[in-house]
Amino acid sequence: MGNTARDNYPDSPTRRGFLDYLLGTSAVATLGAIVYPIFRFMSPPQVIESAESTVVAAKLSEIPINTGKIFKFGNKPGILVRTATGEFKACSAVCTHLECIVQYRPDTKQIWCACHNGQYNLDGKNIGGPPPRPLEGYKVNQRGDDIVVSKT
Amino acid sequence: MNIPLSPERLRLYSARYCSRFCTAICGVIAACLLLYSPAAAQKKSSCIECHAKLEDARLSAPAKAFDNDIHRGRGLSCNDCHGGDPNADTKEAAKDPRKGYLGKPKTQDIPAYCGKCHSDANLMKRFNPSLRVDQEREYYSSVHGQKLRSGETRAATCISCHSVHGIRAVSDPLSTVYPPNVAETCSKCHANADYMRGFPIPNDQFAKYKTSVHAKALYEKQDLSAPTCNDCHGNHGATPPGIASVANVCGTCHGRQAELFQTSPHKAAFDSKNLGECITCHSNHAIAKPSDQLIGTQQGALCINCHTNGDKGFVAAGLMRSRINELMASIDKSTEILNRAERAGMEVSRPKFEMKEATDALTHARVLIHSSSIAEVEKVVAPGIAASSRGYQAGLGALSERAFRRKGLAVSLVFILFLAMLVYLKVRQIESRQSESANSA
Amino acid sequence: MRIDDIKTWLDERLSISTLAKLASKKEVPVHRHSIWYYFGGMTLFLFTVQVVTGILLLLYYRPSSETAFESVQFIITEVKFGWLIRSIHSWSANLMIATLFIHMFSVFFLRAYYPPREMTWLSGAFLLFIVVCFGFSGYLLPWNKLAFFATKVGTEIAGVIPIIGRPALRFLRGGDDVTGATLTRFFGFHVAVLPATATVFIGIHVLMVQLHGMSVPPKLVGQPLKKMKFVPNFLLRDLIGWILAIGVLAALAALFPWELGEKADAFAPAPAGIKPEWYFLFMFQTLKYLPAKIWKLDGEVVGIMAFNIVALMLFFVPFVDRDPANLRRRFIFNVIGVLALLFMVVMTIIGYVTK
Repeated sequence: MGNTARDNYPDSPTRRGFLDYLLGTSAVATLGAIVYPIFRFMSPPQVIESAESTVVAAKLSEIPINTGKIFKFGNKPGILVRTATGEFKACSAVCTHLECIVQYRPDTKQIWCACHNGQYNLDGKNIGGPPPRPLEGYKVNQRGDDIVVSKT
Repeated sequence: MNIPLSPERLRLYSARYCSRFCTAICGVIAACLLLYSPAAAQKKSSCIECHAKLEDARLSAPAKAFDNDIHRGRGLSCNDCHGGDPNADTKEAAKDPRKGYLGKPKTQDIPAYCGKCHSDANLMKRFNPSLRVDQEREYYSSVHGQKLRSGETRAATCISCHSVHGIRAVSDPLSTVYPPNVAETCSKCHANADYMRGFPIPNDQFAKYKTSVHAKALYEKQDLSAPTCNDCHGNHGATPPGIASVANVCGTCHGRQAELFQTSPHKAAFDSKNLGECITCHSNHAIAKPSDQLIGTQQGALCINCHTNGDKGFVAAGLMRSRINELMASIDKSTEILNRAERAGMEVSRPKFEMKEATDALTHARVLIHSSSIAEVEKVVAPGIAASSRGYQAGLGALSERAFRRKGLAVSLVFILFLAMLVYLKVRQIESRQSESANSA
Repeated sequence: MRIDDIKTWLDERLSISTLAKLASKKEVPVHRHSIWYYFGGMTLFLFTVQVVTGILLLLYYRPSSETAFESVQFIITEVKFGWLIRSIHSWSANLMIATLFIHMFSVFFLRAYYPPREMTWLSGAFLLFIVVCFGFSGYLLPWNKLAFFATKVGTEIAGVIPIIGRPALRFLRGGDDVTGATLTRFFGFHVAVLPATATVFIGIHVLMVQLHGMSVPPKLVGQPLKKMKFVPNFLLRDLIGWILAIGVLAALAALFPWELGEKADAFAPAPAGIKPEWYFLFMFQTLKYLPAKIWKLDGEVVGIMAFNIVALMLFFVPFVDRDPANLRRRFIFNVIGVLALLFMVVMTIIGYVTK
């Protein structure tokens, strides 16, 4: 039987020691590569809420009196209106006639669809033109500077 | 009312008073019957009883059709229009002129015949207060009315459209004037080349209308707000709108486009050249879904029908078309990359939603061309292109995130395989040690 | 304080050294069928992956019909590495069921259920049922169109069983139809009831294996076999497999991310050509081939009862074929096993290939 490196040099760094060292470091590295994503996963992301049954439609400061704003609600557009008296109203922005996006008209103080002159009042009720059904209404609440819209 | 009392009128008036008297009595009887026997709501009418039994279809048809008539539903009967005595049992007694019997009216008298009730506001109030009472007057302002007055008996009268004896309410789907049925009713005469011989108008309106987007909306999508003949031509006052009024008519629904057109240089130009507003580009009956091909300076565009190379309109048309094309191209590019990212498994529902802004801008731009102003069009095209570019960037981001994940995967796989190999080597090492010690033991 | 001091302290309280000695004595026979020994551990490893990724998903998932879909969408778009955790969870579920079948069939053909290992087989049969329930309940949780209809059809099939079918359907669905109540119920099963039950049965199963050691295939009984130590040889080999499994899962998650689809809509019609997940496909396909009526009974009912009976028979296997010397019975069971395996594989392939 020949002499192995171990026999000649019992305590010196050997292939075995090297292997153990490599094994140890790559095991730690792989464990780190597994644990790192887990920790990143657990830390809350920037956008903290997932529910699309409520959404922050706008900030109080960015919506002046007697204006309207289109916002994303789920995967459909909604319209938020700040009336001349300062009240907030929100409803679906998809016209019930042929699905154009409606807008707020500060002159008539109504919700209007430019495509075929459809008219809705601020509660979303269809009051003129071709639209056959009212716009779905939403609930509006104020939370500090945020205007929060939620499904009724 | 200062209308001289001619014998004719006297007869009409007396018939009216007679029928009113009869109606009042019958109304009381009917009310009593209604209270005690719902089935016997209809008063006695010898006219219907006799005529229904006649063998000549021409004479029995009115009696049978009257079952569905809206006038019957209101408690009226033959004598309320034709006069006579519905309680009499013999033909002579029932059709006694002294009882106000008027018989079948002549074609020229039909509007007045119907008008003896329908133009009387006090009378109509009792049956339907919200019904208009000026149909007769409107009718005489129409082409039909004017032709009738000048002796043309082929002209349409009340019964041509509303039918007679089986008249239904406009809202009744079986009515000849229920919105989806109107075009067919008009085409009964207007599409009949033989009937319309001698009149200087074409006969293909209905055929053309059926190919239009309005017909598609009305018949296929059941959209009752879609226009049919009477929405543009009027119903009782039916007349094609004047050349300079077309935009007003179309503008009843297409308000934005009309508004833009009427403040554009085209209005004055079209009116002075006797070109129909709107219909010169969009046609009147065969209104097809407009395509971008209509605008611009290339072959097939409508602008070059009037504009020539170098004039302001030519330049504007070319610019509008090219900017709209740019917006469309940008939207296509962004949609394509977002779809590619989605197929590759990336979640891009938010950027896809935000692309709506760009497609809305495109719709808006296509409306704004009616202003003939490149500045107006540019006001929406620029933000539209910006929104579309944002969508494109989001798509690029999604694809690069995917590429990053793959690179990350490659790197981690290298480490994982390396580690697996090291463990294997370790096992080999342990086992060789074990066999060595086993051998040497 | 040195390592040895800590070891002694723990040993005085937990008898670690006794356990270590027992473990060091365990040996695993080495022969040409040894490869199959790894599949049990692989299934257990994948189950652990499920537990870990499942707990992580629990930090963000919301089990209500209004919010479930959006919460999963949130996980895969907003949460850091959410796409990875979610795809690994979905893929690992499928891989686990695959390794579980391989494990079960290899145990069957290698007769690892012969006495004294009957209870190991029984606990394994229960685990098969539990894991299939895990798959069925977990599939609904994203509340997408595919899952909604798969659940509808699946619970409908359960409802067809005579006598107990209707109550069973109502129990599963939390009502007469698949609604948010079903989702809440399935969530409860998936994260509480089934994990608790699985833990108990896995505990029994693994304990039995430790007690009885690795079995030897009947043909090789009596022959002198090489042995390898369980600790560290077998375990390290196990580890290689597990590390490679992690690599496979990472690759699947990155290259074939699990789809989310569209949110479920109770009023929309079923998508065309809907099929269940691959592990149910062979049964689904078989039901499609059965005639409408068999003798006086509804064809579908006969098919479902047949599958239920076969599943029940699984529990009797170690009590019917229990004598290694009974070669004829062994042969018959081999034939049954091969036929069953072929049937499942062929029907699954047909299910995929046809519309």
